[in-house]
Amino acid sequence: MSLFRSFCRRPQLWLGAFVTALLFAVALISLVWTPLSPSKMQIVHKLKGPFDHGLLGTDQFGRDVASMLMVGTWNSLSTALAAVIIGGVAGTAIGLFAAARQGFVEQLLMRVCDVIFAVPPILSAMMLGAFLGAGRFTAIIAIATFMVPVFARVVLGSARQIWARDYVTAAQSIGKRPLGITLVHILPNVAGQIIVQTAIQLGLAILTEAGLSFLGLGMAPPAPSWGRMLADSQTYLGLAPWLAILPGLSIALAVFGLNMLGDGLRDVIDPRAESG
Amino acid sequence: MTSAMISTSRAWVRNAVLGLALAVSGAGVAEAAKTSLVLGMAVEPAGLDPTVAAPVAIGQVTWQNIFEGLVTIDRDGKIQPQLARSWDISADGLTYTFKLQTGVKFHDGEAFDAAVAKAAIERARGADSVNPQKRYFATIASVEAPDAETLVLKLSKPTGSLLYWLGWPSSSIVGTRSAADNKTTPVGTGPFKFKSWAKGDKVELVRNPDYWNKDKAAKLETATFRFIADPQAQAAALKSGDVDSFPEFGAPELIADLEKDAKLSVVIGNTELKVVAGMNNARKPFDDQRVRQALMMAVDRAAVVEGAWSGFGTPIGSHYTPNDPGYVDLTGVHAYDVDKAKALLKEAGYPNGFTFTIKAPQMQYAQRSSQILQALFAEIGVTMNIETTEFPAKWVSDVFKGGDYDMTIVAHAEPMDIDIYARDPYYFHYKNPAFNDVLAKVQATSDAAEQAKLYGEAQTILANDVPALYLFVMPKLGVWNAKVKGLWANEPIPSNVLNEVQWED
Repeated sequence: MSLFRSFCRRPQLWLGAFVTALLFAVALISLVWTPLSPSKMQIVHKLKGPFDHGLLGTDQFGRDVASMLMVGTWNSLSTALAAVIIGGVAGTAIGLFAAARQGFVEQLLMRVCDVIFAVPPILSAMMLGAFLGAGRFTAIIAIATFMVPVFARVVLGSARQIWARDYVTAAQSIGKRPLGITLVHILPNVAGQIIVQTAIQLGLAILTEAGLSFLGLGMAPPAPSWGRMLADSQTYLGLAPWLAILPGLSIALAVFGLNMLGDGLRDVIDPRAESG
Repeated sequence: MTSAMISTSRAWVRNAVLGLALAVSGAGVAEAAKTSLVLGMAVEPAGLDPTVAAPVAIGQVTWQNIFEGLVTIDRDGKIQPQLARSWDISADGLTYTFKLQTGVKFHDGEAFDAAVAKAAIERARGADSVNPQKRYFATIASVEAPDAETLVLKLSKPTGSLLYWLGWPSSSIVGTRSAADNKTTPVGTGPFKFKSWAKGDKVELVRNPDYWNKDKAAKLETATFRFIADPQAQAAALKSGDVDSFPEFGAPELIADLEKDAKLSVVIGNTELKVVAGMNNARKPFDDQRVRQALMMAVDRAAVVEGAWSGFGTPIGSHYTPNDPGYVDLTGVHAYDVDKAKALLKEAGYPNGFTFTIKAPQMQYAQRSSQILQALFAEIGVTMNIETTEFPAKWVSDVFKGGDYDMTIVAHAEPMDIDIYARDPYYFHYKNPAFNDVLAKVQATSDAAEQAKLYGEAQTILANDVPALYLFVMPKLGVWNAKVKGLWANEPIPSNVLNEVQWED
């Protein structure tokens, strides 16, 4: 009963949490079980519709679409998660450091972030791909690079406010070092912001990963990925629309769920944003 | 405002009256057949001179439309006279005497005669020639023009395929005045004249009213080549009527849908496009014949054709197509057999398989075939990574010229090019003196039956030795407006010959 009331109060949060949990569950299940091997080709059964052969039909090579989507969930989610963790840790560190030093160092770091932010992740992935070769690693690095300035700004903004609080001034006056203050007073106070940002950026990272795979800059075949499934389905659009609709829906659902979760978490952690 | 409205309405009345008058006057005459054709191609050529660069797209625009040769190749792949009306080959096969047509003029007014023909051949075989098929002229020792109507080629050794090669786009006869500019403003002797080229969009040709061969003069007034790479856009252009024909339609999976359209006719023909997965025969483990044979036996060609090209295509067992003279079906030599393939791999010292990389161009057929090969090789424990390599620039520098690859996959477009396995250097790095011997014998004879037999031997050597994985011949998926007649159904040589094309009333 209380759970129901809680849902009514914060439907976004619970819907987002449900979709995200589902996503993670599918991804984890795919590691141990899929209906069929996602790379198993049965050319005789190619382009069969949903329920006709397997749960969600087959692609142009007769591979099981349901299995490919499941493994694709893991591939998308793990790539996005790795990118967000790397970008989040680096961005948070930069934000905290800039807030602690302020002045010239802060200005310099933020301008560098501006420059990075100005380059779209697709473009940086293409450039990285030329050096490192296209693949999962390239995709992670490209998306992570794009995440750094986002986290740096958010953390800097909140951290500066906290640096101006009386208890921080008090801590400074009794001779606490900036690193100590950052770890004891600043980080715990911005942690909420970071968590909210992580959920939102995770959605964005999944979208970007799909975009990179669509362009052939993501995971190499035969590893299934939503973006490449979408790209491959293009010429079969009239013949086998489910090949485009299913991965498209998966991407949309994942981004929707993570954004809902992020928004819901923000309402809980930072109630000011709700009224404003 | 009001005056504008009045003038508009007046114009409308005037147009209506005019239209009525036209309709009345034209009532007796049936609607005139169209005299223009828009032909779609997937690839735009970088230049328009087939005698200086290899891409087949050049010949597909210009050959037989703008440029002609001493001889030509007809829609059945047979050699026919053209600028040479007849020829005589000496008994020892070393002297070719051509009798040339008279009264032929290039589009810029230059007259064609033996001196011009000599200059064109000298240009193609000269020391600083960049002709893509220069080696085909290697056995020509001298070119003589004793009079305006006679051209004599003296050879250093008999070359049985010379006449055939003289029919190729790269052997086109170009004018002495215009040769240097043919890349951008081609001038030839053909039934069409070059009009304009809007880079990235289209090339326009117009009928040559002064064409020398009245029997073969063009029936169309204008012909436009449009370049559309994306198969979805190709299909849309065909359905909307923006493009009248796509002789080489790009997406077999859309064919079923186009067949349903009554306005269009779909004509499946054959080509010389051999899809072949070349291996670096100089690199481990592909230097071991058993490994190559094992990989060949791991390939289910029917599955490749079905998955990569929607079942359109003919499996092949060597570098030769069913329309070539002396074709032998050798797909059974290393037929699909997973157990045998595994056993052979074990014998070669790879019981647990191995890992390598295929450099696959971005084209659909190459990408899809690679993915199927990847799955098939996985069955015998071999792991193949796919690395997409941009075609043509990067592929040519890395694979074709650089030879830095394990395996690659590409469609070989040139007809009768089995001799590439005798070339050194060539990207397969295949060296087999016995094979070279057979091909040398082919050139030493001009007897067609003997040549066919020798080509059979050459095919058998390749099928046994497997320097490359022989997959399938691509079909020609011709789609055009049902009222367009005269386009070639088959493609014995990459081309779009338009002089016989016309609209049916």
